[in-house]
Amino acid sequence: MNNKRTELQVSAIKNGTVIDHIASENTFRVFQILNLEHIKEQVYLGTNLESKKLGKKGIIKISGKFFDPEEINKIALVAPHATLIEIKDYEVTKKEKINLPESIDKIVKCMNPKCVTNNQDVPTKFKLITDHHGKTKLSCHYCEKTMAQEDIWFL
Amino acid sequence: MIELKNKSLISITDYSKEEILHVLDIAEDFEKNHRQRLLDNHVIASLFFEPSTRTRLSFESAVQYLGGSIIGFANADTSSVRKGESLKDTILTVSNYSDLIIMRNPLDGSARFASEVSPVPIINAGDGANQHPTQCLLDLYSIRKTQGSLENIHIALVGDLKYGRTVHSLVQALSLFNATFHLVSPESLKLPSAVKRWIKDAGLEYHQYTELTDVIPFSDIIYMTRIQGERFPDPVEYEKVKNSYILENKMLSASKENLRILHPLPRVNEISEDVDNNPKAYYFQQAKNGVYVRQALIAAILGLKD
Ligand SMILES: [Zn+2]
Repeated sequence: MNNKRTELQVSAIKNGTVIDHIASENTFRVFQILNLEHIKEQVYLGTNLESKKLGKKGIIKISGKFFDPEEINKIALVAPHATLIEIKDYEVTKKEKINLPESIDKIVKCMNPKCVTNNQDVPTKFKLITDHHGKTKLSCHYCEKTMAQEDIWFL
Repeated sequence: MIELKNKSLISITDYSKEEILHVLDIAEDFEKNHRQRLLDNHVIASLFFEPSTRTRLSFESAVQYLGGSIIGFANADTSSVRKGESLKDTILTVSNYSDLIIMRNPLDGSARFASEVSPVPIINAGDGANQHPTQCLLDLYSIRKTQGSLENIHIALVGDLKYGRTVHSLVQALSLFNATFHLVSPESLKLPSAVKRWIKDAGLEYHQYTELTDVIPFSDIIYMTRIQGERFPDPVEYEKVKNSYILENKMLSASKENLRILHPLPRVNEISEDVDNNPKAYYFQQAKNGVYVRQALIAAILGLKD
C-alpha cells in the first residue's frame, strides 16, 4: 500500500527525475544551480510540503532529465538530505539518498580571491571536512582555506 | 628507510614526523660542515615571483655551499611573467633547465599547483598567506637544538596568532611532538579555531593569555611574532595593543634556564634590543640554522644524502 502511494506521488512524470526531501528553504537554490530555468521539458516544483522527516520539504520533478555525477554532487552540496528518484515509463527504477562525496572537483569556486584557482587556469578541487560543530565545510586543495556550505558559489 | 628523493615540500604536513626528523638529522651534519660539494653539475632554479630577500639569500647560500648553480629571478618584474606567461608554462619551461625548483609566489596554493605540473620537485619558499614550510623546519631545528628534543616542550606563541602563517605551521608540526601551547595575543588576533582544532585533535593542551608576562616563568620556547598595524580594522584598537607584546630583557629574570627566544624575523620593536645580548636570545642563530636546514632539504630531495 505504502509503496503504491509513494509511486503515485512521484509518477506524475513518465520519464525523468524527482528530487525529493529538499529542505524547503533550499528548493529554489537547487532549481537555480541545476539551471532548470533553461530546460524545455516539463518541470514541477513544490515547496512547503508536509514532511514527517523535515517538517516542510521541497520537491522538484523534471521530465526527460537524468543527472550525471557532477550534477548530483551539486545537489548534494545544496540539499544534503535529498532523495533522488529516477522514473522510467512511470516506474521508479532507482531511488537513493544523495551522499556527499569526499571531494568536489571543478564545480565550486574558491572564495579566496588570492587563490591560484582564481588567478590561473587551474580547475578547483575541494575536500569535504566536518568542523567541530558537525558542519560540513569545503577545504580548498590549493590554498587550504575552508568555506562553509552556505558560502558556496558554483562555477 | 626514509626516502625523500623527488618529494616536493609544499606544506609541512606533506612530511611525516619521521621525514621531518630525517631532514633535521641531515641538517645537523651540515651544521658541523656546511661546505659539502654535493651539487656539482646540478642546476637549481630559484623563482621569486615576489621579492623576499631574506628567504632567497638563505636558499641561494644553501645551494652555493653545496656547490650547485642557480638560475632564476628575484622578482616577477624582470621575468616573462610580466609578459603574461602562465605559471604552468613558466614551471614547465624552467623544469627543462633545472633539477629542482625553489618557488616563492604571492598566490595562495600556487606551490601545490606547481608541484602537480612540474616534472622536477618543488620546494615552496612561501605561497602567499598559505605556507612557508622551510621556515617551519628551521624553527623545529632550532627548538630541537636548544632543548635537546622536540618532545614535550612548553611553547609560548606571542603576537599575531590569527594571520601569522609561521605560527599555524609550527602548531601543526609541534602537534606531532606532544607540545603544550601557550597562546598570547590580543583578543582580535587570537589563534583561529581551525588551528586550535589540530591541537585538540592531537589530544594536546593549549592555554590562552593576553599578558606576555604570564607565560615567561614556565616556557621553554617563546616564539615572538610581529603585530602589523594593517591587520586591525580599527586603528584605535591597534594603538591600545601595539606596545603590550614587547619583550624586554628585565622581563626575563624569572625565566627558566633552558628558555630560548625565537622570532621568524624581521623584527620591528617586539623584541627590545637589550634582549640581543642575553644568552637566551636565539633568533639570529635561528636564521643561520635556516641555511643548514635548506641544504639538508635540497640534498635529500635530490637523493644526494641520506
Ligand atoms: Zn583556494
